Amino acid sequence: MTFNSKWVQLAVLLALIAILPVFFPSGYYFRVGALIFVNALSVVGLVILIGYAGQISLGHAGFAGIGAYACALGPEALGLHPALAMLLGALVSAIMAALIGKPILRLKGYYLAVATLGFGILVSMVLTNERSLTRGPDGMEVAELGLRDFLKGVGLKLSSGEFWYLVCGLVLIVGVWIALNLFNSSTGRAMRALHGSEVAARTVGIDVAQVKLQAFVISAVYASVAGSLLSLQNRFITPDVAGFMHSIEMVTMAVLGGVNSVLGATLGAAILTLLPQVLTVFAEYEQLIMGLVMILVMIFLPRGLLPSIAAKLRGRGE
Amino acid sequence: MTLLQVEGLGISFGGLRAVNDVGFSASAGEIVSVIGPNGAGKTTLFNMISGVYLPDRGRVMLDGQDVTRFEPHLLARMGMTRTFQNLQIFQDMTVLENVIVGFHLAERGHLLADLLALPGTKRRSAEVREKAMALLTRVRLDKAAEQVAGNLSYGALKRLEIVRALAMSPRVLLLDEPAAGCNAVETEEIDAFIAELAATGIGILLVEHDMKMVMRISNHIVVLDHGEKIAEGKPDEVSRNPEVISAYLGTVDAEQDEQDEEDEKEATHAVG
Repeated sequence: MTFNSKWVQLAVLLALIAILPVFFPSGYYFRVGALIFVNALSVVGLVILIGYAGQISLGHAGFAGIGAYACALGPEALGLHPALAMLLGALVSAIMAALIGKPILRLKGYYLAVATLGFGILVSMVLTNERSLTRGPDGMEVAELGLRDFLKGVGLKLSSGEFWYLVCGLVLIVGVWIALNLFNSSTGRAMRALHGSEVAARTVGIDVAQVKLQAFVISAVYASVAGSLLSLQNRFITPDVAGFMHSIEMVTMAVLGGVNSVLGATLGAAILTLLPQVLTVFAEYEQLIMGLVMILVMIFLPRGLLPSIAAKLRGRGE
Repeated sequence: MTLLQVEGLGISFGGLRAVNDVGFSASAGEIVSVIGPNGAGKTTLFNMISGVYLPDRGRVMLDGQDVTRFEPHLLARMGMTRTFQNLQIFQDMTVLENVIVGFHLAERGHLLADLLALPGTKRRSAEVREKAMALLTRVRLDKAAEQVAGNLSYGALKRLEIVRALAMSPRVLLLDEPAAGCNAVETEEIDAFIAELAATGIGILLVEHDMKMVMRISNHIVVLDHGEKIAEGKPDEVSRNPEVISAYLGTVDAEQDEQDEEDEKEATHAVG
């Protein structure tokens, strides 16, 4: 069994999620952990789009916004249970991704980047300006999921931080499991093939347009679920979740950790979520240090942290 | 029985007629070669037949059905595939995965089944894996199966590309310079392999610069020059055709002109 095998990767992730809380000095760290898992989830979605299928998106925060506001608006406007609202959000994101993906995935490279960027900005503008519905830039409250009270009822008492650490951790594991399944499946290989050579992929019978669209829709659902989890645990959401900066953050996390590697992307999400927390001591230099770290990684480990390190270790082993 | 029929195919790029009114046909088990000097339009012709370029004029019939302007993946589903002059390998995937992708049409199932790794997908991918290994063994690439394809030598990649195309059990296979850049031994190997494939009933369309190879294995040869078909027939007929000889070697006059030019150049250099 190699390090790359699906079960080894899942076991590593599961072990980390289970063991890390032992070292948490305070309950605050559960919140940070949950935030890492949420970010990692949307980044794993981007690994499918960018790493597998080779298509870029600078607008995926738009889908996170749809997922987040579905959980805010669903219970309030439609009387839905928050969990159901989350599913609805994922469905709406999938449909939106299919509708806009169809025309824009014909574009390549930076043209695609700009088109997706436009989509993200559009969602964020709608969320900001439709005040009657979303209360505008001040944000809105989000209903309680209710699952924690239920657990308390059956005798399992968890703090809010612990609860969300657990939920987000589990969802991340499921997300990683699905992404790893996809990697070694017929569809996943078709995605990676069109990444390598579109024309060759077509000659073996791969419907390139359809497979690209599948990657786009799947990654949109990941971002949407991540957005939902974020809004549910914070109990409050602002249009920033759909903002341009959030889209860029996602792509940066994926590229930093290794955009071809599901675990690598998770590591990237962890580092870029943690750094600002660690660097609060040097508040003034935070941006500077983050920028420097990213530049150094891209220069010395251009394939991203995890793949580059893994390749180095393998090279030594042989 | 005619498997592939090409009629009056033509395409222009910005007013330039790259290929004009080219037609020929190929039967099952037949090797048809398209030859011609550089820039004669061989690859362009291939690109039109395989759906990569959309022809302006003419028809492509596959097994009696009009497939002109069909997209490559639809042609693949109908049993026509190709290889490329400039290798098109999935560089970041393993050698084995490259061939498995060739089995895409046989292996693909429902997307949800793939996402959840349902038992059916596992069974299918195990079957496909075995078949892919068998193909790799046929071209002696089985030992390299787990290597990243990008690390292979040029000759090995050429063979890999052919078996990837074979994975989809094509009825018509277009090979664009399968022996380009290969040494004599490799060329002979590929040569024998192609003959073997034709013997199994695959109709093969071949573009190749190695004339010895073309003359040896082709049943039928189509000669292009400046985008037009100038001759067609059996290898020995074509090799005796004066038009073909002049297209390849140039006429005596043309050669004399070139010689004169070179002399002039030398003269100017001497003066300078």
